[in-house]
Amino acid sequence: MKVLLVDDSRTIRNIQKTVLAQIGHTDILEAGDGIEALKVLETQTPDLMLVDWNMPNMDGITLIRKVRETNKKTPIIMCTTEAQKERVIEAIKAGVNNYVVKPFNVESLAEKIDQTMSKLQPSG
Amino acid sequence: MDVRLINPFVMSVKRVFETMVHVKMTVGKPYIKPENGNSADVSGIIGFSGDLAGCVVISFSHDVACKAASQFAGIEIDEKHPDFADAIGELANMVAGNAKKEFTDVNIRISLPSVIIGNSFTVSGSKSAPRIVIPCQCELGELFVEVAMEPSGSSETNSTQANQAVGV
Ligand SMILES: [Mg+2]
Repeated sequence: MKVLLVDDSRTIRNIQKTVLAQIGHTDILEAGDGIEALKVLETQTPDLMLVDWNMPNMDGITLIRKVRETNKKTPIIMCTTEAQKERVIEAIKAGVNNYVVKPFNVESLAEKIDQTMSKLQPSG
Repeated sequence: MDVRLINPFVMSVKRVFETMVHVKMTVGKPYIKPENGNSADVSGIIGFSGDLAGCVVISFSHDVACKAASQFAGIEIDEKHPDFADAIGELANMVAGNAKKEFTDVNIRISLPSVIIGNSFTVSGSKSAPRIVIPCQCELGELFVEVAMEPSGSSETNSTQANQAVGV
């Protein structure tokens, strides 16, 4: 599984990478803002995206709306300090599949990733 | 400044440091920052705008800042490390964002983080908005969370407050 991490903090991306490695995912793409993420998406097709809200140049909510104009499928988890209910609703309306509030611990992030991916494959 | 605005930051700094830096934080009694109070070596700053305007500043000594950045990132980080400012800025971002969640009836936006690295500098407050200092103690040492927040439209509070605070 290929995962695109979009966060302006490299420290956060590194922590996310560590969590992903622990659950067996090492094929990672990175972007520091929405513009960079759109550039990555021109040539790459991730199976999952983790997207921060507050970033320079283009924020996460704008990125998600742009992605969802043409791509309804790729699962997106918003991972942000924005925790107010209105913000979560806004993100869901924009098309996120799941929501992780920073600060997060390793277990909660791993769990949300598992949850998001397993919802896509209806178990038979 | 309304002291009820302080509690969200007390809870938030505890939550952020416990979850992301893996240290237990003891918070002392908040006080109004004296005119020439607390010098710092490293500060992470987030501005607030919207219904409430102001800023939150997290200040450390060099030593505590490096230790906190290292425990947060999970790798050894000194001040020359390219991710040092990033780590301090993101800690400030999480403290601000998490505190914001407690202000349920108001609309507030937070700025991107700024980080100042120096030697015993003072982040001065504006006269119109007194700064409340929350002293924090953990096994890494002490750090200070300073909060200045006022309803928008009150004198001299606006979205540029974070910039004024650092004198740029
Ligand atoms: Mg961010």
